[in-house]
Amino acid sequence: MSYLINGKTGNWEVVVGLEVHAQVVSNTKLFSGASTEFGAKPNHQVSLIDAAMPGMLPVINKYCVEQAIKTGVGLNATINLYSVFERKNYFYADLPQGYQISQYKHPIVGEGKIELDLEDGVTREIGIERLHMEQDAGKSIHDHDPKRSFIDLNRSGVCLMEIVSKPDIRSPEEAGAFLRKLRAILRYLGTCDGNMEEGSMRADVNVSVRHPGENLRTRVEVKNVNSMRFVMQAIEVEAERQVSVWESGGEVIQETRLFDVNKGKTRAMRKKEFAHDYRYFPDPDLLPLKLEIEYVNSITSTLPELPDEKKARFVKEHGLSSYDANVLVSDKQKAEYFESVMQYTPKQNQRDRDPKVVVNWVTTNLFGALNAVGKDISESKISAEQLGDLLDLVSDDLISGRIAKDVFDIMFETGRDASDIVKEKGLTQITDIGKIEAIVDKVLLENPDQVNQVRGGNNKAIGWFVGQIMQATDGKANPQLVNKVLREKLN
Amino acid sequence: MSELTRLSISEAACHLESKNISSEELTIAHIEEMERCRDLNAFITETPELALQRAKKSDARRSKGENVGAMDGIPIAIKDLFCTDGVLTTAGSHILDGFKPNYESTISQNLRDAGAVMLGKTNLDEFAMGSANVTSYYGPVKNPWVVNDLKDRVPGGSSGGSAVSVAARLSLGAVGTDTGGSIRQPASFCGIVGLKPTYGRCSRWGTVAFASSLDQAGPMTRSVEDAAIMLQAMAGYDPKDSTSARVETPKFNAELVSGVKGMMIGIPEEYTLDSTSEEIRKLWEQGCQWLESAGASCKRVSLPHTEFALPCYYIIAPAEASSNLARYDGVRYGLRVDGDSLDEMYENTRGEGFGAEVRRRIMIGTYVLSAGYYDAYYVKAQKVRALIAKDFEAAFADVDVILTPTAPTAAFPIGDRMGDPITMYLNDVFTVPASVAGLPAISIPAGLDSLGLPLGLHLIGRAFDEVTLLRTAKALENLADFNASPSKVDS
Repeated sequence: MSYLINGKTGNWEVVVGLEVHAQVVSNTKLFSGASTEFGAKPNHQVSLIDAAMPGMLPVINKYCVEQAIKTGVGLNATINLYSVFERKNYFYADLPQGYQISQYKHPIVGEGKIELDLEDGVTREIGIERLHMEQDAGKSIHDHDPKRSFIDLNRSGVCLMEIVSKPDIRSPEEAGAFLRKLRAILRYLGTCDGNMEEGSMRADVNVSVRHPGENLRTRVEVKNVNSMRFVMQAIEVEAERQVSVWESGGEVIQETRLFDVNKGKTRAMRKKEFAHDYRYFPDPDLLPLKLEIEYVNSITSTLPELPDEKKARFVKEHGLSSYDANVLVSDKQKAEYFESVMQYTPKQNQRDRDPKVVVNWVTTNLFGALNAVGKDISESKISAEQLGDLLDLVSDDLISGRIAKDVFDIMFETGRDASDIVKEKGLTQITDIGKIEAIVDKVLLENPDQVNQVRGGNNKAIGWFVGQIMQATDGKANPQLVNKVLREKLN
Repeated sequence: MSELTRLSISEAACHLESKNISSEELTIAHIEEMERCRDLNAFITETPELALQRAKKSDARRSKGENVGAMDGIPIAIKDLFCTDGVLTTAGSHILDGFKPNYESTISQNLRDAGAVMLGKTNLDEFAMGSANVTSYYGPVKNPWVVNDLKDRVPGGSSGGSAVSVAARLSLGAVGTDTGGSIRQPASFCGIVGLKPTYGRCSRWGTVAFASSLDQAGPMTRSVEDAAIMLQAMAGYDPKDSTSARVETPKFNAELVSGVKGMMIGIPEEYTLDSTSEEIRKLWEQGCQWLESAGASCKRVSLPHTEFALPCYYIIAPAEASSNLARYDGVRYGLRVDGDSLDEMYENTRGEGFGAEVRRRIMIGTYVLSAGYYDAYYVKAQKVRALIAKDFEAAFADVDVILTPTAPTAAFPIGDRMGDPITMYLNDVFTVPASVAGLPAISIPAGLDSLGLPLGLHLIGRAFDEVTLLRTAKALENLADFNASPSKVDS
């Protein structure tokens, strides 16, 4: 399923590479002891180093290094035992040092790869070019005062990882899938919370177009796109713009553009906004970062199970379909929810829960209901334990599957236990054969015509009787028993 | 002129110890001298009240038997490049107008902890960039050595104020910093001892940075023994400075009186320059003979890349400076000269805030780091730097210490060489190689020229072997028996 733009001169293929800035989960900044917590008052999390006071020196935060290594391993990438922090020099009011400490020629993480699971069950491998660590800048606030700008340095010095993909992405959908997969991996690792709204993940998008089979054409960088949807939109509109430039006889120039969310278009940045000569050079305040292989191995050995491994295990251990497994592992919390339902030992009997039933309830019913109200799995009022109890009521024949759905709806609203709801509403399934026989007798007596139809060979009418009986019992009669009794009586 | 100001640190420490004198008396004597010699312009900020306070505290400690060592109660001067808590810190620059840090540099803190009494902050070349102390925003410093022509001479630089403070008996010792000779060359011009320790021996935290990979704090004193005492209080690993060396701090005076018998002294062939005066050449030979007379052997060694040291230095130091000085942007502290836009504010602030020499070096540094020039200048200079370090390594396989002149000339009149920065830069030709190689080196007053101006001899030691360096220096000091003092002091 390839994404092609139909132009006047034929089909155009889109070539995309992403540069993702991911804020590292760490209590303190990359080179200072100041806190990184989100939401503090402006300029309340600023050390002397972050404010670039005279004579201040950076000291590397070991935990941030560990997080970067973890991420590198999670991206199946080479960990470079030798890396160098360099200074990227430019002036801006929210960049107190006048330079950003970043890695340039020698990043901490080299080439790796991510496997994408696309909609149609196809997988695609996207190469990772590198991952490097760098400081974030502060924030400029221009709209509080007509003449002055305000500077908030809380973010100044916070550790970012810049993760650069190879230009392997071929459609907006793949870009979305890449970001979702990357975010899932980062969240599994606990190295970035992946909240694009809070700015802890941002992307620069490199886009070019070409006729399939051609060499790469000039690329354009669309900067600072801060949601998955916008990344996909930006690729779409930028690719279309480039096609029309090429096809009208023009030439795409290498430049930096911004995605205007309101207009749904990209626009060129003024040359002044990006034409920096950054004068990179190794930061003389920091020695090259040299890692011992034993240290890297010790970090690797503590890595949690990642989405791809988890997916494989779900398929193997629980016999889930690749599709179901994907839905679950795309979000660590969802996978964990499923696993707790599976792992919870039922109180009464030690029977295992059926993974196919569980996955169906979790993905269709629960995720469906959450989606409908725009909530996250962490906001679910039904705990994994409660959902498990509900499913046990069904498998123990205490309630029917249909009743279970009603009970589920009440649980979803209130967070109450299934058994309480069943008890209170008297929803327990009727499994007493005598009771069912009495109801069946009554219904048969009231509907002699239909009885004759069945006896005349119209088996479809049996279904009609089942419906009548279920209705008469508010759905509480055990359907298997109803069927059994009906067939006996009607024969 | 009080007898108290003629003491050495070790003598003063003995008197304090035996309670012949109090720190308060000692401090008052120096404060009076500072006032008497204000025309020398050695201090940018005098802190007499603070000094008396600390002197009294020292006396109180001593009376309780709690004195903390050889520096306790000793009045010293601090180069105004070290940030001092609550005390104006200028770096000799207009751009740091009114800057009073709320933190204390590690070096000045270490000295405070050792009980030393700070008399004030000494004048220096702006941001330590200069060899004559003529680039300070606070005016030139005058050398206390005045000869028959009665001309005011430069004290050397950049630690000119510190050198003058010690030479003119305004303090018992002073802290300087040395990037390419800024301790040793003024020590030579002023007839005192100046020691640049191994790079990494003294913390750079809280010292206004000039060139991070070269800057090193060191003591300026009237005797080698005093230099050892002062360095003892200053040196040590500092976790706040990533380039601070994690090595044990030795007892620097451990072998001070062991002599040089059996030692091998290296005489580098390449240090013979046409511009070196005949007197200095003779003094150098004399130094050789002195050491041989004390049982050392002198041996010619080759440091083949010496001629490239100065060009290498004048690429690396400005490159680092251009980036280090980017933080002085008018946004957070110091001078701000408003403009109609952010860029204009930067231009106005930095244009007015920095003097001509600093602007020149920022421009040189910016140029050598620019795209297209980086490899030809900065990268090449780093390669040369490695070769220079190798030269020394090879030489030190054969010799224990290397002997050279400190500077090619004696102090010159204020106003000379101002028009020609290259000639000015040549002042550092003998001191720069050790800086580039990160090696410890010391200047010892060894004689007077025909005009009666002091001349220094320069010893370079192995990395982190200040003990041997000081031992050789002590022997040379004894042999040279330099006891002249500046006319200003004799008056």
